Amino acid sequence: MDQVDLLKMDASSLSDFIREGSASVVDVAKAVIAQIETKDPDIRAFLHFDAKALLEQAERIDQRITSKGPSGRLLGVPVALKDNMVTSNMPTTAASKILEGWMPPYDATVVKKIVDEGALVVGKTNLDEFAMGSSTENSAFQTTRNPHDLSRVPGGSSGGSAAAVAAGMSTLSLGSDTGGSIRQPAALCGVVGVKPTYGYVSRYGLIAFASSLDQIGPFARTVGDAALLLEVISGHDPMDATSIRGERPSLSDLSDKGVETLRIGVLSELLDNCSQEVRERVELAAQLLAERGAKVETVSAKAVTLGLSAYYVIAPAEASSNLSRYDGVRFGLRADRSSLSEMFLATRTDGFGDEVKRRIMLGTYALSSGYYDQFYSKALATRDLIRSEFERVYRDFDILLGPTSPTTAFRVGEKAQDPMAMYMNDVCTIPSNLAGHPAMSVPFGTDSSGLPIGVQLLGPMMSEPVLFQVAFEVERLASEVSEVKDA
Amino acid sequence: MPNSQEVESKGVAWEYEGFELVVGLEVHTELKTRSKLFCSCANEFGKTPNTNVCPICLGLPGTLPVLNKQVVELAIKIGLALNCNVRKSTFHRKNYFYPDLPKGYQISQYDLPINSDGYLDLPSGSRVGVVRAHIEEDTGKISHMGASGRMDKSAYSLIDYNRAGVPLTEIVSAPDIRSPEQAREYVQELRQTLVALGVSDGRMEEGSLRVDANVSVRPIGSDELRTRCEIKNLNSLRSLVRAIDYEGKRHVKLYQRGESPVQETRHWDEARQRTGSLRSKEEANDYRYFLEPDLMALAPSESLVEKIKGEIVDTPKKRREFLKDALRGEDMSDQIEKAIDFDLYPFVSYAIEQGVAPRLAVARTANELAALVFDAKHLTKERFVEVLRLEDSKEISPSQAKTLLLKVAEDDRSIEEIVISLDLKKADVSETEELVLRVKDDSPKEWERFLEGQDQLIGFFVGKVMKLSSGKADGALVKDILLQLRAESK
Ligand SMILES: [Zn+2]
Repeated sequence: MDQVDLLKMDASSLSDFIREGSASVVDVAKAVIAQIETKDPDIRAFLHFDAKALLEQAERIDQRITSKGPSGRLLGVPVALKDNMVTSNMPTTAASKILEGWMPPYDATVVKKIVDEGALVVGKTNLDEFAMGSSTENSAFQTTRNPHDLSRVPGGSSGGSAAAVAAGMSTLSLGSDTGGSIRQPAALCGVVGVKPTYGYVSRYGLIAFASSLDQIGPFARTVGDAALLLEVISGHDPMDATSIRGERPSLSDLSDKGVETLRIGVLSELLDNCSQEVRERVELAAQLLAERGAKVETVSAKAVTLGLSAYYVIAPAEASSNLSRYDGVRFGLRADRSSLSEMFLATRTDGFGDEVKRRIMLGTYALSSGYYDQFYSKALATRDLIRSEFERVYRDFDILLGPTSPTTAFRVGEKAQDPMAMYMNDVCTIPSNLAGHPAMSVPFGTDSSGLPIGVQLLGPMMSEPVLFQVAFEVERLASEVSEVKDA
Repeated sequence: MPNSQEVESKGVAWEYEGFELVVGLEVHTELKTRSKLFCSCANEFGKTPNTNVCPICLGLPGTLPVLNKQVVELAIKIGLALNCNVRKSTFHRKNYFYPDLPKGYQISQYDLPINSDGYLDLPSGSRVGVVRAHIEEDTGKISHMGASGRMDKSAYSLIDYNRAGVPLTEIVSAPDIRSPEQAREYVQELRQTLVALGVSDGRMEEGSLRVDANVSVRPIGSDELRTRCEIKNLNSLRSLVRAIDYEGKRHVKLYQRGESPVQETRHWDEARQRTGSLRSKEEANDYRYFLEPDLMALAPSESLVEKIKGEIVDTPKKRREFLKDALRGEDMSDQIEKAIDFDLYPFVSYAIEQGVAPRLAVARTANELAALVFDAKHLTKERFVEVLRLEDSKEISPSQAKTLLLKVAEDDRSIEEIVISLDLKKADVSETEELVLRVKDDSPKEWERFLEGQDQLIGFFVGKVMKLSSGKADGALVKDILLQLRAESK
């Protein structure tokens, strides 16, 4: 059995393969270990990876197959976790010194769900500290590199999870998306990334950045794999009061539905902000979708351009409150000082990185009396405006199409010293978070340097089935285009 | 809401150098729910520190709050009993750093509380407005170890998070209170209302009911609201009364010197019987309130509110009146105050409805029942009445009734069986015969006369037997035996 082959299979083929007895989960674990040992010294996607523990975990799943039968939709499928999802058997750090070495006493709901389906949890992946960033350079521990070009960033904040899947170190991974943190790295690493409807997936056990915007979602190499993983992790959770009630629709069986009669709008405001090559790719996707029978038109929604400024008030405001619990009292780092206020101050000064401090300050300021009305209230009003603008547009369109990221992957260090330039990376992805809508990035070719480009599909609340229906078509079109190009 | 300022409190009106008091009270009450506000930890006290905790109430990263439905129901109950509007409400975060506050913010209600604009009528006739009664979570408990008991001087501090996340309702009165005595009356009546509703233990000394007072003064006749000070650490009604009096006079003296009080939080110093500055407004926290994104707005359905309305028991005032009427002016006010409790009142009212003498029902409720009702597994209203009837009809003595109540509470056998087992029951035929024979031997002269046909001596012998049996013998049976013995002797 060629070990690399196992990692090239899609998730459902791999679990079928294991179910049939053609490979054991230990075989898969060995393949994962080999791949990570080869690739990760350069890419540095993993914050926590323990080969011995992984083999033991694989043995336990194999034993379960022997004793209870080969059930589980993710049976033996490697899944890597962004290190802001809480795990009881692996340290969880959010890539912050303030949580270094923290062993949580519980598992996130998504972790329980994938483990229940037989997944092999590979390890914990790197991120921008507390998911604040767009390049994974804000990690307190290491910088992750883009597998397509090691001098470039993988995007962020879920850069480790995107790079792990892109480099074949894991079949699937989970990320979290607050302003684009799944979709932008998916685009930059050439994989599929989905930010579901707010409340579609439980946030219980996700270390909060901005609670009203955060949402967990899948990374995969194929749309079908992303659909499978999203089906597994979604569902109402009584532990999350913002979790949407009721059943989730099936997604993985939508691959052959096509796009005929669907109304697709190309969002002009998103195109305005991006590079020529990215723009051309989005326009090509639009044109090909029209050829497949979709009704494609350009549409304008001015309010979405206000998203960035509203986001950089709301997200830091919530973050400033969410990060108050890191005070050195109950867990994580504690700086030894002789008085309480000095201990608080020193712990947080030593424990948080610059970007986290910047956002705590921004958010604290925006919520302070005297500034609240000027900043926070206005940002909330802008958020309402964006929601109603989307509502208007979705009266005429089933989904919207645009770029995921304004550019392809940029070089490590290129924007690290310029927060505003970095924040601009999220301009295309932020509006969906503010509205609570689902959106996903699907790879659609590369630029002239061979760097991946992603197109973004956006839909209204709970429109995941339509999004996936179109995503399957975009995926087919992408492979046809590249075949032509290769030929 | 009628103007409460027109009504005088029954207590001594407070007046000092031409000034009157303007007082509003903030009362925090712990709610008696099964679990905490946002997690499934038990809502109970007295456990080893930090054993009644979970990732949620410890505020560990990744955890989320989920609202306890029972808290909502109890809060609505309080609102309805205080004549409030119950409405759609939201939760906010109140942000500040303190080691006993696990998340670095307290989840509370801010601009849209669940209950607003109500009032409480006091027994003396005045009415105090209730601005709001909202839901919030309690903090942990911090103890500063060392001589002073203050953090900055202590060697170290210990924190117990067992209390963190316990549900509270904060009841904020309007500044309608005009005297320390009226403040005491308000807290007492509010406490009785909460206890009657069964939502709180109402124990001020143990902290399940906490009172802060906002105090200011103004020239009599004026309607202005001057600078107020918030007084904390009022651990008893006594300190409440004294602190308000002290603080009011302090303000008056400042005004007389041409100065003004500073808006600040002050601390009641029990040892020195005075208030002292805790922190001024300039140093006060900016709590940066904002809408709690982890919780949805709370919109209780009309049917839920209606259902709770149906469960609202009589107010303490109505209960008091019922018992007073039943007692026809007999003065048992102390016992009445006990008997109107949430757990006790159903017993006393049922007993009176069932025809038990009201005096007896109130006394047994306030004394014996109050002492044992919390452990009384087998003491139903019906069994309580059965015991009282035995006492009421003199079939058992008062001291036997008290013994019987204790036994009935923990024993699931029928009252009849318990009476037998405790040897409280009437003597049977052979026992009675034996008693009659003993009495006969003790009084041979009377016996002779009885045998001769003097029937008036039947009463004499019955009385003797009853006395000898401590009331256990049955008079009718004694008579039968006497007549039978006479017949046999012929
Ligand atoms: Zn708990």
